[in-house]
Amino acid sequence: MNGLKKHIALKVDKLSIGYQTKKSQTIVAENINFELAKGELIGLIGANGIGKSTLLKTITKSLKALDGGISVNGKSLEAISNMTLAKEVSVVLTENVSQTNLSVLELIALGRQPYTNWIGTLSEEDEIKTKAAIEAIQITDLIHKKCFELSDGQLQKVMLARALAQDTDIIILDEPTTHLDLYHKVSVLKLLQKLAKETQKTILFSTHEINVTLSLCDKVIVIKEKTTHFGSPKALIEENAFDDLFPKDLVVFNAESGSFKIK
Amino acid sequence: MIPLKDVVQVLLGDESVKESWQYIIVNYRIPKAIVAVLVGAGLGVSGLLMQTLFRNPLAGPYVLGLSSGASLGVAIVILGASLFGGALGQFLVTKWSLIIASSGGSFLVLLAVVIVSSRVKDTMAILIIGLMFASVTAALVSVLSYFSTAEELQRYIFWSFGSLGNLTWNELTILFTAFVIGIGLTIYSIKSLNVLLLGDNYAQSLGLNIKKHRFILILATSVLAGSITAFVGPIAFVGLAVPHLTKLFFDTSNHRVLVPAVLLSGSILLLLCDSISQLPMSEFTLPINAVTSLFGAPVVIWLLVRKKKLFV
Repeated sequence: MNGLKKHIALKVDKLSIGYQTKKSQTIVAENINFELAKGELIGLIGANGIGKSTLLKTITKSLKALDGGISVNGKSLEAISNMTLAKEVSVVLTENVSQTNLSVLELIALGRQPYTNWIGTLSEEDEIKTKAAIEAIQITDLIHKKCFELSDGQLQKVMLARALAQDTDIIILDEPTTHLDLYHKVSVLKLLQKLAKETQKTILFSTHEINVTLSLCDKVIVIKEKTTHFGSPKALIEENAFDDLFPKDLVVFNAESGSFKIK
Repeated sequence: MIPLKDVVQVLLGDESVKESWQYIIVNYRIPKAIVAVLVGAGLGVSGLLMQTLFRNPLAGPYVLGLSSGASLGVAIVILGASLFGGALGQFLVTKWSLIIASSGGSFLVLLAVVIVSSRVKDTMAILIIGLMFASVTAALVSVLSYFSTAEELQRYIFWSFGSLGNLTWNELTILFTAFVIGIGLTIYSIKSLNVLLLGDNYAQSLGLNIKKHRFILILATSVLAGSITAFVGPIAFVGLAVPHLTKLFFDTSNHRVLVPAVLLSGSILLLLCDSISQLPMSEFTLPINAVTSLFGAPVVIWLLVRKKKLFV
């Protein structure tokens, strides 16, 4: 297996991210490079405000890249239409959807939108894919509940099922573990790990859970003010990539335990 | 009063009934009932579209200042007719110019609200901005009325009371055409409305062309609210109350259910309001706006006071 060249689902090359207005350009981070392969679970780590969300938004084409290239399954992101991209990349965002009175089943079925006809009728295939997503996440008991009745952990799983129903090679999650207790954090990340292995999808998520991420992910991206690191957790610890993740006055990284300790 | 039996006979085309009764029913009662259906259904749908577009349960054509925009358009046409004078003045008082002015007014206000809302993310701010637009247009109308003749002013004020009557079959055809366009655009948008419930970012990630669909929704809303306001005056609260009553009753946010359900309940509701405004057994007719407000305001208050969640 190792002898074969791995299929690269998402490639980011010398990427600069930030915000472009008519008058000026605000660069948030630059020279970001990584290659994410099929079936990998990748964690994205960085301090608050360092540009994790900006990077994810740029990859999902919500924001324009300032410089450099992104390619999805070998095609340049710029050349892919929104509709085609919707069949290759799905997302789980931090946005609140519990304002709506949709049932869990209806919400998950919305993941089939890119495939349905003009008025959104579900075909037999759509029904099958929706059902498969529900079973993969094991939330069959929730499907007739309303979204606003769910706990944070349940809602996160439902949103993941929606992304899964979208049937894409790549799933991107923006801080899927916020608001969850330790048990549910681990259970969501374990679920992501299992999905990546079993479905051979590429799953990228941003998080603040350094400890759990290092023990569960295949690869880790670390964004810092000046540089970006990318590699396996072990390699990154050896590189001392985490040492200057945060200002050093309060917390220090312990390479043996793979976690931060209060000074 | 015309006995029910004779009403049915007229409706069935029986010509033995008294001719004046036939005239009243065919040229007054039936058009009025149809107008009530179009107004209730149309305003209800435009409120539903606004609530989903802004992801705000309090949005509606009246609250967001659309009706005020339409009022301003109509005020310019009616009150400004003498200022323009001559042939232009003559053209300005036709019904078509009323519709164009009214739709244009509501379109511009809605466009302004959307532009502002793309910069301001806070939905509460959007509602306040809608109210500000309403007060600006109200001020402009009062400036205009200061310079207009008593006759024009009277015409405008009667228009602003709202009335479902007084539409000829010809005008009804125009209103119906606008209604069909607005509802057609709405039906075309059902799929995008459902995904817009999740917010812009999710909608885009599902391949939706947000700019295009947002424009279509704005167009549909302003055609519906604008044409209806032009013909029957600014009808309050229907746009806000009907979608909420429907959402309560049908217990869903799915637009495949909501759109037809709102059409139905809007029609029923306005027919009811119209019957009340006729004050059965009496000679009085209340302005329709008074009835919808008397009905609508308690509904809105009830919705806000109630502990249960308000849904988009």
